[in-house]
Amino acid sequence: MSSTSHAYRRNTLWNAALVHRLSGIGLAIFLPIHFLALGLALSGAAKLEGFLRLTQMPVVTAAETILIFLLVVHFLGGLRLLALENGPWFSGQRRVALVAIGVAAVVALIFLVRLL
Amino acid sequence: MDESHSSIDVSIWRGDANGGFQSYRVPSRSDQTVLDVVTWVQRNVDPTLSYRFACRVGMCGSCAMTVNGRPRWTCRTHVKSVFQESKLEIAPLSNMPVIKDLASDMRVFFEKWTRARGSFAPNRSRTKAVEEIRPDTPARRFADEAIECINCGVCYAACDTVRWNEDYLGPAALNRAWALMNDVRDTAGRERLEAVSAKGGCHSCHSHQSCQAHCPQTLNPTRSIAGLKGLSLQAYLRGEIKP
Repeated sequence: MSSTSHAYRRNTLWNAALVHRLSGIGLAIFLPIHFLALGLALSGAAKLEGFLRLTQMPVVTAAETILIFLLVVHFLGGLRLLALENGPWFSGQRRVALVAIGVAAVVALIFLVRLL
Repeated sequence: MDESHSSIDVSIWRGDANGGFQSYRVPSRSDQTVLDVVTWVQRNVDPTLSYRFACRVGMCGSCAMTVNGRPRWTCRTHVKSVFQESKLEIAPLSNMPVIKDLASDMRVFFEKWTRARGSFAPNRSRTKAVEEIRPDTPARRFADEAIECINCGVCYAACDTVRWNEDYLGPAALNRAWALMNDVRDTAGRERLEAVSAKGGCHSCHSHQSCQAHCPQTLNPTRSIAGLKGLSLQAYLRGEIKP
């Protein structure tokens, strides 16, 4: 209707839902590639080793770091939703969602530092 | 908003869904509400401007509109609290057909309320004594909170699940169902649980909590819907309802 017609979406929990959805899609794309990579082992160690050497590339390292972030944020976000929908209600959902994103970022950063 | 200005520029939606915004200059007043602005335009500029209101004190739930992109009750929304970047844009509520100008067609909203079995089914007739209900029981507390809904449609307009899924009952209807599920005098619990567990019911909610963020009564429909999800799951595990 206008440039401000989606202003109601500007809240933390709406964005937490967006991050949860996008991380889920990202993981769904990653998993088949992951299994294909593992499947290389069936064709011999040389093929798998050749593929694993690709992981030394900076762009792959960056992608892995993003992947770790997606995995952790989706896991923690999923736990929050499971608790919200199946357990007794607890307030402070916004804070919990922010903590989940923060923890995911820290874990991804630690992963990156260990790789470098 | 610059208080020294004697007038404010306002954009108001005119026409049906294919209409557009028209600009108006409205005198600025202290403690002016968005509903005051709309009323001034209708009384002084264009009497054909259509909008809906009744009580003007936040009780009836008639005057909800989209103000700068957010659904709000306009009789209790001060212009100075929403006047952003010198812009005030007023449109009809989202997720409902537009009848004309600022009046949305709320029939679907109330049909869904009925679909969610939002009517009270009493366990006593008027000839029997009034049942004593303790106000401090958990169920009554849930019911007392949820029953404060004024059916303004703000939560429905703020819900993206409603936007994406036309079958979805929406926060207000499900909140009403939750209120009745916690009312010990009601006898239609099982039918209601079947209704809200069906396609488009409580399990369609994505827990964005936009309904809670925007509810002018500061209710928490997401909690009500989560409660229904729990009851639905328990009833399914007991074999009382089927998927």
